[in-house]
Amino acid sequence: MARIFAYIVHKGGVADDSAAELVAAAKKIDAAASPTAIVTGWGAELDAVCEAVRTSYAEVWKLANQALAYPNAELIRKALVNVVPTGSIVLIPHAHFGIDLSPGLSIKLNSAYVSDVLGIDGIEGNWLRVIRQEFGGQVSTHVKCDISSGAVINIRPGAFKAQDSPPVNGAVVDKSAEVGALTAGRRYLETVVAEAGDVDITKHAVLVSVGRGIQEKDNITIAEELAEVLGAAVSCSRPVVDAKWLPKSRQVGSSGQTVKPKVYMACGISGSFQHLAGIKGNPFIIAINKNPKAPFFQVADVGVVADILEFLPELTSKVREARGASV
Amino acid sequence: MEILVCVRRVPDTSENEIQLNSAGNDIERDDLVYSVNEADNYAVEEALQIVARTGGNVTVATVGGEDDEEVLRRQMAMGANQGVLLTDEAFEGSDGRGIATILKAFVQKGKYDLILTGIQAEDGGAQIGGMLAALLDYPFASLVNSIEVVDGKKLKVGREIEGGNREVNEIDLPCVLSIQTGINEPRYVGMRGIRQVASVEIPTYGASDLGVERTTVGAAGAKVKRTDYFIPALGKGAEMLQGSQDEIIEKVFELIKTKGGLN
Repeated sequence: MARIFAYIVHKGGVADDSAAELVAAAKKIDAAASPTAIVTGWGAELDAVCEAVRTSYAEVWKLANQALAYPNAELIRKALVNVVPTGSIVLIPHAHFGIDLSPGLSIKLNSAYVSDVLGIDGIEGNWLRVIRQEFGGQVSTHVKCDISSGAVINIRPGAFKAQDSPPVNGAVVDKSAEVGALTAGRRYLETVVAEAGDVDITKHAVLVSVGRGIQEKDNITIAEELAEVLGAAVSCSRPVVDAKWLPKSRQVGSSGQTVKPKVYMACGISGSFQHLAGIKGNPFIIAINKNPKAPFFQVADVGVVADILEFLPELTSKVREARGASV
Repeated sequence: MEILVCVRRVPDTSENEIQLNSAGNDIERDDLVYSVNEADNYAVEEALQIVARTGGNVTVATVGGEDDEEVLRRQMAMGANQGVLLTDEAFEGSDGRGIATILKAFVQKGKYDLILTGIQAEDGGAQIGGMLAALLDYPFASLVNSIEVVDGKKLKVGREIEGGNREVNEIDLPCVLSIQTGINEPRYVGMRGIRQVASVEIPTYGASDLGVERTTVGAAGAKVKRTDYFIPALGKGAEMLQGSQDEIIEKVFELIKTKGGLN
């Protein structure tokens, strides 16, 4: 059985939730697996992460190098190629860092690569069998991956539930000497923090959230009118921001805002996992979509199959009527 | 600047509901509307805007068959200087690494300062750009949402990271960037533009033209294979509201009031 490694994403000295989820994913590959954590970084933050992660990993490889103080995937790839043994399976969370690192890492390790895995069926001979999604989650696929020369597997954050298990009190092994010289043709300069918007969608109890189904910029008013009578705010999914119909500050999702409303109205939003990742606090979700197979119906509490361009104005009239003079 | 943009023709999810076929092993491909992959279209627009500032040429390339020529023509109608079709029976069934291997061979036949891909295809793995860069030993950045040309040797690129924040990097040319949707506003392509490029010759390159070893690409070289499509058995899913539109609206309003704590 190939050795399994888990790359630990961390920030400010704290390991990402994916650190524990990758243990669960490794156990799906091989129930007897004891994955090894790899933590790259520098200084006290790195040590804090190694210390935290050894509660769930029997072995933690620490790669300390000043050049790795900021997680530049180009440098980390070089470090990993120098320390990861040939034929290993490397698990990496599929978020902005993993998307940056993993495809190139698989080439340099001469191993197979599967991105955004959300299920693992196990190993048959040289084949690892996994589950992915395509077309924004509208269909799933079984994928088999030849692991005879190792594999890099990107794991969807949240897809594997971290298991409650007793702390393993693992060993931290300092592999820094094997990292080698680190230079890259890409250099980190700065992080530009997102600008605050006119409306803070993270503070509202009710969100009227619109997606591609709103069809054109002028139709945003339909959502705004409903939001107004409800005392709610209008948020949106990525395509609406890409089309410049609403500012980035209104976007819910992993690359936008994380919201915690009481009621989330998903209007004409298909429901990609990147979007769902921005909805926390278990709100009551009302999905309205003319496609009865929209993935959002799988996670919503109630669903309405309707064209939002007709449904939302009707709903607005209803609310206005019911609330009478108060609105 | 000489820019290569790698594009793909994919089923258009804004025009189609993607469904399983009756055998339950593939998506229903009859009557699908295809178009250029959305992120790739942003990549072509970005290339055109860079060339408008710095001079140079934009080449669009795709790995596929005759049917895929239409997206090359569309991108030429948008303003790309030429389209190239990389096609060979040996390429069929390629995994991401196979596609990147074919593209690498094509890149090495020319001289490009910058290579762009879309971040991800609708049915893809967000992988070709990173693999191509590693095969070429070029620097790479993914999820790129801004590009500033510093000089002939380097760019300043923004990457979309969590929470809407932007990570700014300096990157040496030549490099490979995978472009995030929303980086720009792709121009409209009219029928007139499409007609103007309808008869332009699209050069094709096969495995032997590119010097690609047949065993390293296609189904023969693939380490990753999709075995089928399926619709997963669901959890309980949403309670679908039934009845007349008035009844449904009444119900939705009641739910918003009670669950949202409205007065």
